[in-house]
Amino acid sequence: MLKITGGTVHDPANGVLGVVKDICIADGRIVSGVDGGRSIDATGLVVFPGGVDVHTHVAGAAMNFARGVTPENYRRAVRFIHAPDRRAGLGGITPTTFATGYMYAGMGWTTVNEAAVPILSARHTHEELHDIPILDKSSLVLMANNEIVLDLLEAGEVERARDVVAWLIWAAKAYGVKAVNPGGIVAWKSGKNASTLSAPIPGYGHLTPARIISGLAGIVDDLKMPHPLHLHGNNLGMPGNAQTTLETMKVLEGHRAHLAHLQFHAYGGDGWGTMRSEAKALAEAFNARKNLTADAGAILFGDAMTVTADGPWEHVLHGLTGRKWSNVDVENETGCGIVPYTYKERSLVNAVQWAAGLELLLLIDDPWRIFLTTDHPNGGGFWRYPELVRLLRDADHRRECLKKIPPKARGRMVLPDLDRQYTLSEIAIITSAGPARALGLSRKGHLGVGADADLALYEEKPSNGLMFEYPRYVIKGGEIVVEDGEIRAVTHGREFIARPAFDDRIEAYLRPLFEKVYTMSFDNYAVEVERLGQPDIHPCA
Amino acid sequence: MPILTLKEQPPVPLEAESLSPDVVAALTLDAIRALPVHLGKSRRSVGDFFEVAGPHGDELEIRGDAAKVKWIGRGMTRGRITLLGNAGMHLGSCMKGGSIEVSGNVSDWLGAEMSGGRIRVGGNAGGQVGAAYRGSLTGMTGGTILIGGSAGLEVGMRMRRGIIAVAGQARDFAGLEMKGGTILLRGGAELRTGAWISRGTIISLKPIPLLPTFSYACTYNPTFLRLYARHLSPLGFVIPHDEKDGAYERYAGDAAVPGRGEILVWKPAGS
Repeated sequence: MLKITGGTVHDPANGVLGVVKDICIADGRIVSGVDGGRSIDATGLVVFPGGVDVHTHVAGAAMNFARGVTPENYRRAVRFIHAPDRRAGLGGITPTTFATGYMYAGMGWTTVNEAAVPILSARHTHEELHDIPILDKSSLVLMANNEIVLDLLEAGEVERARDVVAWLIWAAKAYGVKAVNPGGIVAWKSGKNASTLSAPIPGYGHLTPARIISGLAGIVDDLKMPHPLHLHGNNLGMPGNAQTTLETMKVLEGHRAHLAHLQFHAYGGDGWGTMRSEAKALAEAFNARKNLTADAGAILFGDAMTVTADGPWEHVLHGLTGRKWSNVDVENETGCGIVPYTYKERSLVNAVQWAAGLELLLLIDDPWRIFLTTDHPNGGGFWRYPELVRLLRDADHRRECLKKIPPKARGRMVLPDLDRQYTLSEIAIITSAGPARALGLSRKGHLGVGADADLALYEEKPSNGLMFEYPRYVIKGGEIVVEDGEIRAVTHGREFIARPAFDDRIEAYLRPLFEKVYTMSFDNYAVEVERLGQPDIHPCA
Repeated sequence: MPILTLKEQPPVPLEAESLSPDVVAALTLDAIRALPVHLGKSRRSVGDFFEVAGPHGDELEIRGDAAKVKWIGRGMTRGRITLLGNAGMHLGSCMKGGSIEVSGNVSDWLGAEMSGGRIRVGGNAGGQVGAAYRGSLTGMTGGTILIGGSAGLEVGMRMRRGIIAVAGQARDFAGLEMKGGTILLRGGAELRTGAWISRGTIISLKPIPLLPTFSYACTYNPTFLRLYARHLSPLGFVIPHDEKDGAYERYAGDAAVPGRGEILVWKPAGS
């Protein structure tokens, strides 16, 4: 039992916006009152629901590959020394599994959503997620280039596609469905891409990216998944791709969807020399479409690691930077590319990207539909979120930063004209309440009675302006896990998985297909639920 | 000046990054003896391997064949280390200032990723002098490395600034993927000098085999070499630059990148 007294509570999901009140915790949940137990005097501290990251990459084959090809990144990384209750680990742009948990918790984030899992590496991903301490986790399974699903969509067999998708979600023990560059990765396997939403995908008769997007979004809605289709659209990173994004929004009419890392899809111009931010146009369109949520995918200047299933984009990036490049083919399901990247203040393109992320966060008027992410590690490490929060809360600081980018870049963005400053409650929405709601996690992101007791307590005015860098306390499931920036207790979080309904007869359809096209036997494909440390199964209704 | 004398050869390489002026300057001799070093995975102390004597200060003298002692002077910013004998791998790695003098030979990764200061080696050096560590984008970004003997593979790999001067011959891939700075090869080099160079200057005073991706530009005496000659001649490295003695053939490359680096090959008058 624990009582937190005198703190200024920001719990926007329950309409509590900066009110001094006590929070009581028993058995890992928020309760209305407790008798006895420890109490924390939180006078002068702000109390937030624990952060929820709606889109991050922290586990799985691709992340491990990225770690493996960049040993140099660990030379200067934060070190976690082995201690009786703490495992060794390294930070840096792609932290090791244990370090990932310590670093997220050390910042006040307590739930993360791993956003890209191929079914073939789901078993590995779950074992790695299991090794990430403290945090609760969920994962999304890649579906928009799965050749079995695509063949069914091409043939118009939507019913059967729905059963296959549901079976695959359960096979991967995933929580939701991710679509990456729909059709583009399939095309990439023959050296092509899918850059026009309405054009047939190379290798298919009449299947288009638009058809995959609307098909999958419809299936995810039909299956009543807690989280809508999580979409990484076509033409990520390319100048002029805002047009594609606007068309994608039209394709999604009538469906729920989450647009991932919107910043990477918000560019105008017709080449690198003329690239500009189209965040304003996107934000206007987005504001009008209440069926959508999005995360920012903002970038911060400095080192990053681009890891994505979007293989063709990584090939472009390798050509642009000359940095090392890895390309992975995941049989019939997806692909993956990896290129280390450094965002530079003096680069026109990077300055536009930096502004676009902030502009989206500032121009999208409903904080319940836009969430704070850097698409870790693509736009910068998650451990830099406090810098992003400062940029959103402090317009003067933004103006100082704007002075450092090339003057030419300032004409290609609207950021210099934006004076909006986020309030603390709005920060609580974009970092916790909003993403929890979008993920359909009813016990996360708020501090009402019955919620999981995940909280972070911060000092409101730290000297360096980075309020979220060192929380005074982080409480996860009712236990104090971080105190004054130090890990105090290492707990083990749950894994959220979804169980959509499907017709069992679909296995009879899939089995012969598997024997024909997969290198793995059908019986070994699905991840057994017993493999998960602490599964928390969400029914779909 | 504390004087450290190696008592006996360690059975496996000894990792001794604590042997740096920045660390020892403020310490008494007993405190120096207690500094940690790593032998394999076991943590030991300096006193287990070295006799420590002399007054304390920010200069350090190491005597004996320290060919198996790694990381001496790592990241040092000031002071001086004198090695009477040989030194192991990573000597002066990432150093920012101060100087290191070695009378004997040194192993690989001498001055790797250093950004300032001076290293002078009387004997031969191993490979990757002033280079980037594997995976890093840039090698040395400043400072001077002077080698009295020969040097190994990949001298100045990915270096961006600074000077490396080798009196003897360098082995293959000198200036590999070089991005700036200067390499002076008084004794020439083996194969593939300047491969993938994008910027920077390699000067060879002996004829060297050139890659086909380097093209002849002109024969001349660059003005900037006089400045380099004035800087390096007090250090014992004479660079000829007078018309009457000869001229340099300039080769531009590496066209495989394509890069804007140059290799200058000295051609004595009358040859």
